[in-house]
Amino acid sequence: MRDLTEEILELIRFTSTNLPEDVEKALREAYAREEPGSAAHGALETILANVEMTRRNSTPICQDTGTPIFFVRYPEGWSPRRLREQIKEAVALATQKNYLRPNAVDSLSGKNTGNNLGDQHFPVIHFEECDGEELTIELMLKGGGCENVGRQYSLPDNALKAGRDLEGVRRAALDAVWQAQGEGCAPGFLGISIGGDRGTSYIASKEALLRKVDDPNPNPDLAGLEERITREANQLGIGPMGFGGKATVLGTKITATHRLPASFFVTVSYMCWAYRRRKMTVRGEQVTYE
Amino acid sequence: MAIKLTIPISDDTIRSLKVGHSVLLSGIMLTGRDAAHKWIVDTFIKKTRPPQGDDLEVFRAIQPLLNGGVIYHCGPVVAGLDTGHYRFVAAGPTTSIREEPYQADVMRLFNLKGVIGKGGMGEQTLRACQEVPAAYFHAIGGAASLIAQTVQRVLGVYKLEFGVPEAMWVIEVKDFPAVVTMDAHGNSLHEKVRQESNAILEDLLA
Repeated sequence: MRDLTEEILELIRFTSTNLPEDVEKALREAYAREEPGSAAHGALETILANVEMTRRNSTPICQDTGTPIFFVRYPEGWSPRRLREQIKEAVALATQKNYLRPNAVDSLSGKNTGNNLGDQHFPVIHFEECDGEELTIELMLKGGGCENVGRQYSLPDNALKAGRDLEGVRRAALDAVWQAQGEGCAPGFLGISIGGDRGTSYIASKEALLRKVDDPNPNPDLAGLEERITREANQLGIGPMGFGGKATVLGTKITATHRLPASFFVTVSYMCWAYRRRKMTVRGEQVTYE
Repeated sequence: MAIKLTIPISDDTIRSLKVGHSVLLSGIMLTGRDAAHKWIVDTFIKKTRPPQGDDLEVFRAIQPLLNGGVIYHCGPVVAGLDTGHYRFVAAGPTTSIREEPYQADVMRLFNLKGVIGKGGMGEQTLRACQEVPAAYFHAIGGAASLIAQTVQRVLGVYKLEFGVPEAMWVIEVKDFPAVVTMDAHGNSLHEKVRQESNAILEDLLA
């Protein structure tokens, strides 16, 4: 089996230092909407200057390089065990090269491992065998500030008057955005999962964030809800960094998974503006990044 | 126009600052976040654990830096860990509200004039801002490489055993950009935005 350590290292560098084009476009549009001279306008100006600088200098967009979350889809014949070893090696190398901050902390002793390698859950790696010849690795770097403001609701929720329907999902989502205020580095993006158990619902809400900002939901009901939640979240006026302003949420992605009759979870993963996600594809000898 | 501030900052200067002012900070400051705040409170304020190792030595070293000084909620990416020739590569603010249980006591203990972070803080910190007096300076979250450019020199580090993000780094900055979002007069932009957005939320959920 081919050794992809160097190619995965490049994926990590690319993800940490080069904000995806669709995210930058959404930020530029938000900047154009804010009042010149306002704190919100100034914040977005600084954010965009930082995005350009990190792309040019190959330095991390944010010092919190987050939890590295890998989604690996491999054709028959590849070994997930060996891919895991290569990913871990690449993560340690990326930490040495300052593309990643050492972020793996032993929860009991408080000791930082120094190389981003913790137990079997750190870094996070999801494997799935797939059809075809292409191997793809998607990487998301999700910082702690935005991860901390993620929320899970168990519907019905009496205080929110949220029942087990799309109206209930809307109410939960807006509550989550309000609770987050500026703490998750607004303007943010929402990944929402309906259903599942508590664990799968959180994973699905992050997978929803792998979609492009302008990718419409194939389900027309969910597409309408995504658009409505984004629009109403912006009416809250929380704004960039919570300074007040028009841009609070720049995109919402919703997915639905099967659930138990007894459970109806709505899980909201909040992604900060530094929405770092990139993908590498291996076709034969060729490796491409997007 | 941004107001230029030099650390240490006088009480009069702090009282002249209002919510909404843009500032550029210059001078020597210290980074400190979750582990540092808990360590200070447990060891020197609540005294629930006795000083150990170099605790007293570190305390004596940071005291003059924080008197009239500024603490920065930041866990940086640092180059030169192998050589000791440290350089900040990326150094944006971390979410400040996690220090809410500790911040007011730490401000009073050291006579801190400023706290830099993101996301704002709560009532206890706002009250301490009035008493000490002090201000909360909001840096732009995620603008880490841009902010790192304002760090001229890394002068030293304490408690590196907390890990790189949690250690207390002594840095000299020039024109570090921030916005006053909590002032010494009891005003908080965060409280204002929270209340205004809550009224709108109630309408949207009516």
